[in-house]
Amino acid sequence: MTEFRYVSKPRRTKEDRRFITGQGKFVADVKLPNMKHVALITSPFAAAEIKSIDISEAMALDGVVYVLTGEELEAATASLMSGLDLPDYQRYPLASKMTRYAGEWVAAVVADSRYIAEDAAELVYIDYEPLDFVVDPEEAIKPDAPVVHPEIGSNIFFQKTFEWGPVDEDFEAADHSISYRARWSRNSTVPIETFGVVAKWNPADELLEYWASIQMPKYQEQLGTALKMPANNIRVYYDVDVGGSYGVKRGIKHSVLVGYLAMKLGVPVRLIEDRLENMIGGDAHGPDRIFDVDMAFDSDGIVQSMRMRALDDAGASPGRAPLQLGKPVTAIVGPYHIKSVQYEAISVSTHKTTQEAVRGFGQSPTNFAIESGIDKIARFLEMDRFELRRKNLIRADEFPYQIPSGTEYDSGDYHTVLKKTEDLAGLDALLKKRDALRAEGKLAGVGVSTCLEPSGGNAGFEPLFNPKNPTTTWMESAQVKIDLAGTITAIMATTSSGQGHETLAATVVGEVLQRDPNSIRVTRTDSLASLPSNSPVGSRMAIMLGGAMHGAAEKLKARLLEIAAHNLQLSVDQLEYREGDVVALDDPMVQIEWRELVEIAHRRYHDMPDGMEPGLQARHVWEVPTGGSMPTADGKVQMYPCYSFEAHIPLVEIDPVTGQVTILEYFIGHDCGTMINPHIVHGMTYGGIAHGIGAALYEKFQYNEDGQLLSGTFMDYLLPSAHEVPAVKMVDHCTPSPHTAMGQKGSGEGGYLGAPAGLASAVNDALAPLGKEILTLPMRVQDVEAVLSADG
Amino acid sequence: MADNFEKKISVTVNGKACQASVEPRMTLLDFLRDEVGLTGTHAGCEHGVCGACSVIHDGVPVRSCLMFAVQADGHEVATVEGLAEADGTLSVLQDCFWETHALQCGYCTPGMLMAGHALLQENSDPTEEDIVEAIGGNLCRCTGYRQIIEAIALAAKKLKEAI
Repeated sequence: MTEFRYVSKPRRTKEDRRFITGQGKFVADVKLPNMKHVALITSPFAAAEIKSIDISEAMALDGVVYVLTGEELEAATASLMSGLDLPDYQRYPLASKMTRYAGEWVAAVVADSRYIAEDAAELVYIDYEPLDFVVDPEEAIKPDAPVVHPEIGSNIFFQKTFEWGPVDEDFEAADHSISYRARWSRNSTVPIETFGVVAKWNPADELLEYWASIQMPKYQEQLGTALKMPANNIRVYYDVDVGGSYGVKRGIKHSVLVGYLAMKLGVPVRLIEDRLENMIGGDAHGPDRIFDVDMAFDSDGIVQSMRMRALDDAGASPGRAPLQLGKPVTAIVGPYHIKSVQYEAISVSTHKTTQEAVRGFGQSPTNFAIESGIDKIARFLEMDRFELRRKNLIRADEFPYQIPSGTEYDSGDYHTVLKKTEDLAGLDALLKKRDALRAEGKLAGVGVSTCLEPSGGNAGFEPLFNPKNPTTTWMESAQVKIDLAGTITAIMATTSSGQGHETLAATVVGEVLQRDPNSIRVTRTDSLASLPSNSPVGSRMAIMLGGAMHGAAEKLKARLLEIAAHNLQLSVDQLEYREGDVVALDDPMVQIEWRELVEIAHRRYHDMPDGMEPGLQARHVWEVPTGGSMPTADGKVQMYPCYSFEAHIPLVEIDPVTGQVTILEYFIGHDCGTMINPHIVHGMTYGGIAHGIGAALYEKFQYNEDGQLLSGTFMDYLLPSAHEVPAVKMVDHCTPSPHTAMGQKGSGEGGYLGAPAGLASAVNDALAPLGKEILTLPMRVQDVEAVLSADG
Repeated sequence: MADNFEKKISVTVNGKACQASVEPRMTLLDFLRDEVGLTGTHAGCEHGVCGACSVIHDGVPVRSCLMFAVQADGHEVATVEGLAEADGTLSVLQDCFWETHALQCGYCTPGMLMAGHALLQENSDPTEEDIVEAIGGNLCRCTGYRQIIEAIALAAKKLKEAI
């Protein structure tokens, strides 16, 4: 394996210092003169007609600037984008005429302070006529169900069945088959910072400036479309620190609202969601999915075929939700040899909060559904769950490996990672510990999950689900320059929400140019000064920003070599680049130092090779490796270039009376290829496991039969604290990707993609001696208790 | 009308007296951020659960979103901005957070630092359970807490060695 100078070495990050001193610049820290504050008025009903809105009392309050209603905003702006081909569908930041979920924004108050805006919000009187509604996705697809969007005609946003390979024949030929339902309930990433945005209109320049806590691809262009203005009249500042996102901080409706108000009122306007606005009306819920799965397998444990029907409750609007059924196509068989697959994806609308992109983009629920089947087959055959996995895992010598849906997995060594995880766990001893607990009369279980993390995607799910959207690239860009003083600056074009991109960029550029990353400045431009970026979604930045920075730095290195060759009157292949100096291979005394090369480029044009531009600057826009192809007619597509792998082994104990699940031990083996910075990869993986613990055991957006969200605060939507997250032990493995310059793969979704499956496996192992099972997440104390106390 | 009633208060923030006229309903959090101009203390949930707004009030960690500024009148408050020395030298705890990468997005970090700082003031030799207890009321969505626990344990060790 390549020996790196800076990459993969434990190094302090570039970003941490500003955060530990309280100097992070978050959107709520942006203070502009005469800035006004927004508070929102939301619908109390799951569905209602808006009969009238009386703003007079609110407007009369001292300090109130404006009250905006949906009717005005709808007339002035264009519909927000949908990922699907739904020509009649419209969506605006504020409801007008009709509300579609409890918590939907109906009006916005603008005032001198947030305190006054909230006072005034209580003085806006809205007359509603409640309408019929539906909150159960299976009810919503019945012919007589109330329809969320009458203009669409039904509650089905999207429905398509894919068939890859001879599924019926494989089922026919297999010795056995099982059928089961796995339920992934509605939860989300719920960052500690809510979404916020500040906009300022500069009429003299015709420029609308934005500071926002965004993780949103093509944000500037979407704003331009919705606000009916040229996209280059919008400047988005990327140097805003984002307080966590993990997918959800798209904020397009917030940003259109605030941008409109800033232009209309001629003052800077800010909207910082409070926690309730965030949880109920921020349109940031995650997948809410019912899986009906059949698996066909032989008596020796070999899985032959799978049918999966995934019914997803998108909530009120088709934001990115339907496409989250598309990404799993790229890893639809998980890490296993499964020869044929039928996959039916159905996206359904209900009168619930709109779903947004969540960490893994639908992959974690799908992994849970697949892994549940693997465990069920093991129990059916009375076969060891680890042995069953070993029999079905794709072997290291089979890569690149094409799965039935057309994706080629790049590389991996799943057996070794599983073995390393078993060794880390001391699997035999761990099973004995479980058995000792059981002998004491306790319910205890060991879990296992082996899951994939597709990373660095080209958004191929867009054309797969909507042929009118022929996206085959999801590029990322970098600019790197060496100034006259010889210092290096790398320029990136997106916000970060904790992924350590400055460290990533400096490490990669430092590696290529052999200069200390600590000496490299990394800056973020704004949307006008930058080259194209697609923001840090889909575990892509190690691959894509890393690839773009690598390419730009290589161009600079090549130019330095050419300048040296010209001045030494040698050819480039007679020279070697050494830490910025260029040295003749056959005579180390013949060399030009960094300082002089820089000076030649910046001052001595007469010493430059003919035709070379002055200065030392390079830009690189990198296409997704393996990208650039449309899906085939039979629905085969290569969406993601790199596939990370993780094996989880937790030990849990269940209180037989209350149903409380306690995680006693937790082990993970993780392979994301070359780690650019191990601290960062480990941190994201620990965090992903904690997030997965929440999805598995605690977190649920619970609606009641009236369509009201019951868990809209941190008192009832429970995020795991340090008490609930165990001392996870981790082992690394490195199978480099052949598609990236340094062998890196993605890791931002690591941990989260396998933890819920692993914990479900452990809980079901604990329940197995009782002949009971739970395949609905989260497995909250009341849910497990209900299973324990049920007859049978 | 009592609406515009304001009270003049003086709060010692990081050793410096800060005076302002505030509405009685202004939270200590908003006072620190908007009146004193120290934005290191963050709003997370504004109902006392997440701990992102933790500050130290007369030596005790508190939620600044659950206190009114007027309640801090005449009292001492310490925030994340007061942890480092005036010349920018990091405290041992801050340095250990950097060393172990005990953060990602950095949003909960000031609250975590104040919780860890308060623990180390009271307990120079905390066990892992003590550390978990100390940060148990502070939510972090990025890290899974592991590297935060490592950082506080490392700081305790370094502080002990320095004595």
